Amino acid sequence: MNALQPNLVMLKKLLILAVVMFAFGYAMIPFYKKICEVAGLNNLLQPDTLVEETRLVDTSRMLTVQLDANTRGLPWEFKPLQSTVKIHPGELVEVMYEITNNSAREVTGQAIPSYAPLLVSQYIKKLECFCFTKQVLKPYEVKQMPVQFLIEPEFPGDIDSLSISYTFFEIGLSNGTTSNEDKSTKSKI
Amino acid sequence: MGSKVTAILVWVSTLILYPSMAAAERTDGILSTVNLPAAGSQIATEMYDLHMYVLYICVVIFIGVFGTMLYSVIVHRKSKGFKAANFHHSTTVEIIWTIIPFFILFGMAFPATQTIIDMKDTSTPDITIKATGYQWQWGYDYLQGEGEGIKFLSKISTPREQIRNEAPKGENYLREVDNNVVVPVGKKVRMLLTSNDVIHAWSVQQLGVKQDAIPGFIRDAWFKADKPGIYKGVCSELCGKEHAFMPIVVEVLAQEEYSKWVAGQKQESAEPAVDVNKEFTMDELKATGEKVYAGNCAACHQANGKGISGTFPGLDGSKIAVGPKADHIKMVLNGKAGSAMAAFKHLSDVDIAAVVTYERNAWGNTTGDLVQPSEIKAFRN
Amino acid sequence: MAAVHHPDNELGHEHEHHGPPAGIMRWLTTTNHKDIGTLYLWFSFAMFLTGGVMALTIRSELFQPGLQIVEPEFFNQLTTLHGLVMVFGAIMPAFVGFANWQIPMMIGAPDMAFARMNNWSFWLLPPAALLLISSFFVPGGAAAGGWTLYPPLSIQMGMGMDMTIFAIHILGASSIMGSINIVTTILNMRAPGMTMMKMPLFVWTWLITAYLLLAVMPVLAGAVTMLLTDRQFGTNFFNAAGGGDPVMFQHIFWFFGHPEVYIMILPAFGIVSQIIPTFARKKLFGYSSMVYATSSIAILSFVVWAHHMFTVGMPVTAQLFFMYATMLIAIPTGVKVFNWTATMWRGSMTFEAPMLFSIGFIFLFTIGGFSGIVLAIVPVDIVLQETYYVIAHFHYVLVSGSLFGLFAGTYYWLPKWTGNMYDEGLAKTHFWCSMIFFNITFFVQHFLGLAGMPRRVPDYALQFADFNMISSIGAFGFGFSQLIFLYCIIKCIRGGPKATDEVWEGADTLEFTDLPSPAPYHSFETPPKVK
Repeated sequence: MNALQPNLVMLKKLLILAVVMFAFGYAMIPFYKKICEVAGLNNLLQPDTLVEETRLVDTSRMLTVQLDANTRGLPWEFKPLQSTVKIHPGELVEVMYEITNNSAREVTGQAIPSYAPLLVSQYIKKLECFCFTKQVLKPYEVKQMPVQFLIEPEFPGDIDSLSISYTFFEIGLSNGTTSNEDKSTKSKI
Repeated sequence: MGSKVTAILVWVSTLILYPSMAAAERTDGILSTVNLPAAGSQIATEMYDLHMYVLYICVVIFIGVFGTMLYSVIVHRKSKGFKAANFHHSTTVEIIWTIIPFFILFGMAFPATQTIIDMKDTSTPDITIKATGYQWQWGYDYLQGEGEGIKFLSKISTPREQIRNEAPKGENYLREVDNNVVVPVGKKVRMLLTSNDVIHAWSVQQLGVKQDAIPGFIRDAWFKADKPGIYKGVCSELCGKEHAFMPIVVEVLAQEEYSKWVAGQKQESAEPAVDVNKEFTMDELKATGEKVYAGNCAACHQANGKGISGTFPGLDGSKIAVGPKADHIKMVLNGKAGSAMAAFKHLSDVDIAAVVTYERNAWGNTTGDLVQPSEIKAFRN
Repeated sequence: MAAVHHPDNELGHEHEHHGPPAGIMRWLTTTNHKDIGTLYLWFSFAMFLTGGVMALTIRSELFQPGLQIVEPEFFNQLTTLHGLVMVFGAIMPAFVGFANWQIPMMIGAPDMAFARMNNWSFWLLPPAALLLISSFFVPGGAAAGGWTLYPPLSIQMGMGMDMTIFAIHILGASSIMGSINIVTTILNMRAPGMTMMKMPLFVWTWLITAYLLLAVMPVLAGAVTMLLTDRQFGTNFFNAAGGGDPVMFQHIFWFFGHPEVYIMILPAFGIVSQIIPTFARKKLFGYSSMVYATSSIAILSFVVWAHHMFTVGMPVTAQLFFMYATMLIAIPTGVKVFNWTATMWRGSMTFEAPMLFSIGFIFLFTIGGFSGIVLAIVPVDIVLQETYYVIAHFHYVLVSGSLFGLFAGTYYWLPKWTGNMYDEGLAKTHFWCSMIFFNITFFVQHFLGLAGMPRRVPDYALQFADFNMISSIGAFGFGFSQLIFLYCIIKCIRGGPKATDEVWEGADTLEFTDLPSPAPYHSFETPPKVK
């Protein structure tokens, strides 16, 4: 038996450990998303389906929902048509947002939702939202878009105000990142 | 040996004296240089007290442990003929000094827990303000409550000459902005934070708020100021070159004064906005442009347009500033990736037109070009 | 498990009992653990001076308010590279240098398990360092996003960032290879009779450190690879527009970053645990509890990462969890400090340079530990995050912790390595200068942080002027004190009073009891008998 044998076995084991940990780094991304999904910390771009048709509306509580809108790097004006809505938990509401394309070209954008405080997102059920698909606006087009959502009656009692925010990013510029804009300029340098 | 003991004694006494020194400062109400500044809100007070409480506990333990060690260092030395003992193990002692710290830590964590829960309670705000971080200034939108609809940008107002040591530094050096965030006293203000480019952090120590502003996401925090006054903060997350130069100033006013301020702001915004299709004269544009230049460009390119050799290119006679208009406008609007030149598309069409006109006709540049606001619009993406 | 040893099979390498080949080829091709240890140590010292020059430039700029010496952009490059160079170039390789020199001698092995891989893992370092340093000279300059490389800021950087990422990959590969070597050596090559619970604590702490390295360096490699693909290949791991999340990077980075902190401190714990019993002439108090404490610190280090991100916006439950977990670390760390104190208690102590540095280590590291507890309390952290308080905290842990541990170890083993005693007077001067100037530099930074001075700024408000001036003066004093260290080492290598084989009266590990001074080029070719 070669005395090196145990060392090589150990080498193999430790290398596997290193490779597994490298993969683990990547695995943290879906992992984190899953955890966020379960804990309701992140926002998914898919419509939620309501399990029961009739839901209890908790009229004893009134929630103030603030609507917020942002754009990043695209020539759009984006705003909610009402800044706040007051709703009862369990009540289905529809709010409208408006986008205006201020440029002379066709622009495609994708909205990313975000909620504050962080914990509330697991209780927000969206049946319809402009954030489920990309939005294409012709030059100078104005578009009104609805969001249909409800807040589940299980919503924690100690929170009575929350914010729903959307940020539009431009996509379709080669591969859909805002950093591409930088890259195209970079190549010009 | 003498020096050793003296050195240790000096440190121990500093540690003992420090908390009392710090506590004394607080009652004076002066802005402390050795401790947290006087709290301006309930949460900040709790933070202040928690810090003092934990600090005192640490000092006591420190003195206990190092008192013992110091005694040992002085007495149990070979030069005094001390013979080494032979113990090296005691399960009882080891268990005791594992358990006791556990309880001490519990004693520290317990009061902190309630503060954390309070800190996170952003419910029922009187006013909601969205702060957006830009490289390198803050944008504020009053979203809800009294003042709804007010929005403005807030950027450092310390003159560049002071930073460059060309003028004496003012009292509020680096802690002053052109537009303060104004809020009423005793009202719960909820801050929504987001960012336009990189991560920034909105932080005002005296109000007990520090929250990162993350591009694409919103986060919230809140404060309720106890008394009127000026509260200062800084961007607390490295956000690039001018990170040190994006302060935050919160001005807390009594309710009536706040209402007056809101009325003033509303009136200002009710005045007809400058018509972007209006044709401006060269002098108008140059006058506005010089102001915009001083506020946005002079930091790097310098007031004399010479830049800083090797780091920031000069504009005086530069290819961009005397070359085609379109390239110049695009550069200002979009910046230059991979360099320190940021995008300035958050400025209005009038401002950009004015600054481009100014740059093309200032110092030694004599293109005679006049850029109208209406032209800028076409270049926006 | 028995440590099998057949000298004939040691990777078929030279076992003729003559010295090494002469000249540069000796160093390029060496597979000798002592040579490689020496290379590591000199490399890390060179990097320490490089990072030190950056630190002094930073402190010069901060000497007075206003911009005087460097531009803000360059200032950010300096703080970024200072961090990266000190962590990856100075502290970590220095400990690997100690591991190379000491582990085989302390466990009675002839060399490291994979001698040739050992050579590679060292020679990866200089190119990586070159990449890092030369990134200052490319268009756009070096990475300026802080050593934590947070996106989206790091996405904005020029090619200096890509060079940094590449350098981190190389450094990571080197660390992983080094760790594999160390783990295998410790587990498979101990002399007969050297059971796990008889191993010197330095070996124990390194075993645990090597496992930590193996677990987290690949994670860092993953994080920076994602950063690279986000920058260059249009992926969207950390870009909100593409469904990513910039905060995700912080989670992955600190999953690496917190164990990394212990990677830099555990071997120092080991060194100090060797030195204190020697100079107290008394066995280490609570050997087994030291081993358990080290292991628990290592395990806990995987569940506390988010305490670096309390201001990022987390739900209450997450903040509470990370606060409690972080505070728990104080318990095993406390056990260590108590054990060291108990070892000194009723010993028969002398205070040569290694002992002075060890006591300085315990004293100052404990201050760093206390400020760590202060920072663990979430509400207090909210006011102190990203201020100079944090700077003070981690310099107390990394400079007066890791670095003082390294100084202590150097003076402790230098006579064994060179065969000559170092100049005790110089060494003591080095200690007192370091101790005093260190505190002048960093103690006042606690005050700056409490008063609200943010970190990573080239300019500050006037209220911070006095302490910054004091701190800068201290920094220069501390920097120049290290030249005494350099001189002392060179003097010792070139000659001096001959060291005895035992070197220190109370030393009881194999390199002192079973080997002559200086240690021969090939040691323990036949394993020693371990009592």
